[in-house]
Amino acid sequence: MSLFMFRRLVLMTAFGLALSVAGLSNVRAQEIEKNLVIKNHVFEPAELKVPANQKIKLIVHNQDSGAEEFESKSLKREKVIAAGAKATIVIGPLKPGKYEFFGEFNPATAKGVVIAE
Amino acid sequence: MLGTGIIVFRETLEAALFIGIVAASTKGLDKRTRWLSLGVAMGLFGSLLMASAMDSISNWAEGFGTDLVTACILILALAMLAWHCIWVSAHAKDMVKDARSLGSNAASGNSSLWALSVAVGLSVLREGAETVLFVGGLVSGSSESAATIAFSVLAGLAIGALAGWLVYAGLGKVKPQRLFAVTNVLILLLAGNIASQLAKTLNQADVLPYLSDNAWDISDLMSNQSAPGMLLHGIIGYDANPMQLQLLFYVSTVFVIYFASKLVQQRVNKPQLNPA
Repeated sequence: MSLFMFRRLVLMTAFGLALSVAGLSNVRAQEIEKNLVIKNHVFEPAELKVPANQKIKLIVHNQDSGAEEFESKSLKREKVIAAGAKATIVIGPLKPGKYEFFGEFNPATAKGVVIAE
Repeated sequence: MLGTGIIVFRETLEAALFIGIVAASTKGLDKRTRWLSLGVAMGLFGSLLMASAMDSISNWAEGFGTDLVTACILILALAMLAWHCIWVSAHAKDMVKDARSLGSNAASGNSSLWALSVAVGLSVLREGAETVLFVGGLVSGSSESAATIAFSVLAGLAIGALAGWLVYAGLGKVKPQRLFAVTNVLILLLAGNIASQLAKTLNQADVLPYLSDNAWDISDLMSNQSAPGMLLHGIIGYDANPMQLQLLFYVSTVFVIYFASKLVQQRVNKPQLNPA
């Protein structure tokens, strides 16, 4: 039993790693970088225009003294960013349209939208 | 103030439901309270450590550090639950026997209790670290008084914990003979839920940038933010609009663990020449 499970585990891990490597090497070539800053619990820019149908690398710099959680239902992203830290969030390729995001720790003020066109 | 309580409640809920289900599934087992408390304590301790290391984690791996750490936590939790499910199926007979003779040593149960304890700890760690960061941010940069913050945070924690307790108490109403069958299914679905979150994390980390489209979207029917949506998410991994990748991970995890359990069960139940 344990040998069988061990073999299966090794196989699955190898498969996972292969997929990961494929994923990493596959993407790097054609991505666009966009910067987003969090300051005083507000996103800057609050309206982020990006090209549709392309992968976008968002570099989110949290300049506040407290952590923030970048969250977007439509983009399917949810990520805590420590105070002062720069985190990367990859989005897309997106169909043309508006994609709202917000800061879960300060939802009243931290709101923004990605506009893909 | 209300907002603070709600955010803490949301972070607490998932871990609390997880603990409620695990506690019900180990009812009557010797030392289970000690094991599960140890898991929760380690999770809380880990939350503080992780929250304090978060600035390095956030910047690490070209800004993908948080995702990678989350993915590792989820993979480990998934392994623990899979181990538990498979182990339980191999020892189902002993466990039912032990559960019936109350107060027995129930030695058979303890061998997978450590796995559940680790899984509980990881669940607390994941939600706990976020809560610590959120509360830390409030304390450092909010106009609200310390007392107001403390009250909202404690209220959120308490209501979250209450939800977990209600699930535990509800499962306590299940007949003892059926309890393991029910909790085994629930733990299997918890594993599916973790796998689905792992898929989302790996997609976010750009490790698996595939199948990102919605498998379905029934947000109008029952959104992820609605009370029943949140509750069902914590119990069976409900998602109003999962990515196809999440669905794939959920379904295949449930299938693989289920069939591995059945396979192990068949092998164990074969007549043996020298029974252990």
